[in-house]
Amino acid sequence: MQKHIVSAGSLVIVLFALISAPVPVYAESIQLIPTASDQNKSLGEYLSRVGNCMGCHTAKGGVSFSGGKKMYTSFGVFITPNITPDRKTGIGHWSKEDFWGALHRGESPDGRMLYPSFPYTEYTKVTRKDTDAIFDYLMSLEPVSKDNPSDKIFFPYNLKPLLYFWRKLYFKEGVFNPDNSKSKEWNRGAYLVQGLGHCSACHSSRNFLGASQEEKFIGKKMTGVSWYAPSLTSRLEAGSGELEINEITELLTSGITRNAVASGHMATVIRQSLQFVLPEDIRAIAIYLKSIGKENSDVASAESFPVLSKNIRSRLAQGGKLYTKYCEDCHQSSGRGIPGIYPSLAGSRSVTMASPLNTILSVMKGGFPPNTTGNPRPYGMPPFQQIFHDEEMALVVSYIRNAWGNHSSLVTEIDIERSRNGGRD
Amino acid sequence: MKYFYLIISFFISNLVNASGSLSVTVPDTMEERVKACTICHSNKDRVGRDAYYPRIAGKPAGYLFNQMRNFRDGRRYYQPMAILLENMSDEYILEIARYFSSLQLPYPPPENIGIRPEEIKLADLLIHLGDPGRDIPACKSCHGEALMGIKPFVPGLLGLSHAYISAQFGSWRNGGLMRGQNSNCMSEIAKRLTDEETNAIAKWLAIQTVSGEPSLPGTLAPEFSHRCSNIDSENIHSK
Repeated sequence: MQKHIVSAGSLVIVLFALISAPVPVYAESIQLIPTASDQNKSLGEYLSRVGNCMGCHTAKGGVSFSGGKKMYTSFGVFITPNITPDRKTGIGHWSKEDFWGALHRGESPDGRMLYPSFPYTEYTKVTRKDTDAIFDYLMSLEPVSKDNPSDKIFFPYNLKPLLYFWRKLYFKEGVFNPDNSKSKEWNRGAYLVQGLGHCSACHSSRNFLGASQEEKFIGKKMTGVSWYAPSLTSRLEAGSGELEINEITELLTSGITRNAVASGHMATVIRQSLQFVLPEDIRAIAIYLKSIGKENSDVASAESFPVLSKNIRSRLAQGGKLYTKYCEDCHQSSGRGIPGIYPSLAGSRSVTMASPLNTILSVMKGGFPPNTTGNPRPYGMPPFQQIFHDEEMALVVSYIRNAWGNHSSLVTEIDIERSRNGGRD
Repeated sequence: MKYFYLIISFFISNLVNASGSLSVTVPDTMEERVKACTICHSNKDRVGRDAYYPRIAGKPAGYLFNQMRNFRDGRRYYQPMAILLENMSDEYILEIARYFSSLQLPYPPPENIGIRPEEIKLADLLIHLGDPGRDIPACKSCHGEALMGIKPFVPGLLGLSHAYISAQFGSWRNGGLMRGQNSNCMSEIAKRLTDEETNAIAKWLAIQTVSGEPSLPGTLAPEFSHRCSNIDSENIHSK
């Protein structure tokens, strides 16, 4: 059902100046509607959207920024803190310096080291001016008194010394260093994607201790949930090297294009954050993403596929019957869907990429593309778990991964079962 | 010359027709948009366990709007609904609620389940009179004379399956349903009812032949409106 081009993570932002450093050229594109002190606050509000602070710091149905959302990871369940200016339960007692310490160094004001579920590993690249603006904005919010439960971190990750070593190995406090051989727009995009947008929090592989392979954007199964955050570089996944800039920007802001639709967590990120990012920033992000798509061109997938056994052909035929009965109405017998409404499955990278997880989850749980200004009344995908048995789901997913010229691995009931508990909030 | 234009225009219109017939058009309707909903909430193609899915056609729009928001925002828990609604705006939810509310579909025949005479008597009593001694109001005092609900927020009780109604009673009692953020009138009432009573009510409702419409707005008595104040706290009118 979906083809994400860029998924997960939010985007980020921008910057203005590095503290005590000359104002870099990439950092000045936001047009503010000015009045002195409000200026910083409205910049902060915008930047908090780009970084999607409220996406994590708001529980389902809760007051924005008051925290309490559960983040399931392999290391434990993290409960996001209240970041409204309440003095007791929020961050009302923090100073600007404290806030900078958290974002830039991953340290809380009492000196505790923070777990990287808070993506300070990316935020460290955000400029002091931008973090100050976000802080001013947060301080202007209505304080909410809400004491959230504490994290439940599994052994051995709850041992502080381990975090200390992790930081020594994988966390590098730093700033964004513009590449002067690239355009101003490219640098702005890189700053947003690598910093505030924290795209790599989902789209980069993590090693056994949870550190992202910095800036590689090679894709990974998201920790704690079943969705797979595809590579942003591979042309077999969500690399944008071969896309037009306006196709990338359209997907990131409206959630749907003629050829692709965002689903899973990426749909949520688009609804919460990306649809509000200024056109010039979205363009900068697209330019950067397109460039990393090109830099890492994959080996052409000219592998030959073995002749299918009779047994496999028969399974695919069974999947084809289910497709005709349940899927064809919308996705068409050609598998090409209806542009801008029902996504194409034929040739869709989201369908054919090595990991079948997202396709399984789309079939299983269905969903609506995000409601955005560009696509306010989307058409939906039914949750077929309500009528298919696991075997039927395996057959139909195997079929669409191998029909109309698609060539991908077959999916079994075990894959279906494993995917079942993903998509958790 | 005139014939020349005619021929040309004929040729062009054929081209247009030919290309038009190649492209599939998707109806720009709510019916098409909500296929993700009707796979379960429809009369067609029912298989096995689908008996659980409640009818939503014809229910008061405010009720449907509130419930969809509750699912989306974690106040009523059912994961498949929460996932479908995750990225949906209030505006679109309201449009969908109004669409289903306006649907006039035939009701299914009464469910064919056994009910004992003493169960009928017990249910009759609670549905029409309640039990004031235990502070249990009659079902119809809130759900309408015809038990088809009261517009815009109170749901009807007929045309639903025994399995669904029983499950809702269970959820209200153990708090799993959590309708509304405050302690809820229906939750208090369900906790005062015995298993025998809820079972009798669920059966009684499921074997009724459905007729009638939701009652008009304003027919909910002020004392009940007050008691269940959280049901209309969602401001549908501002949309």
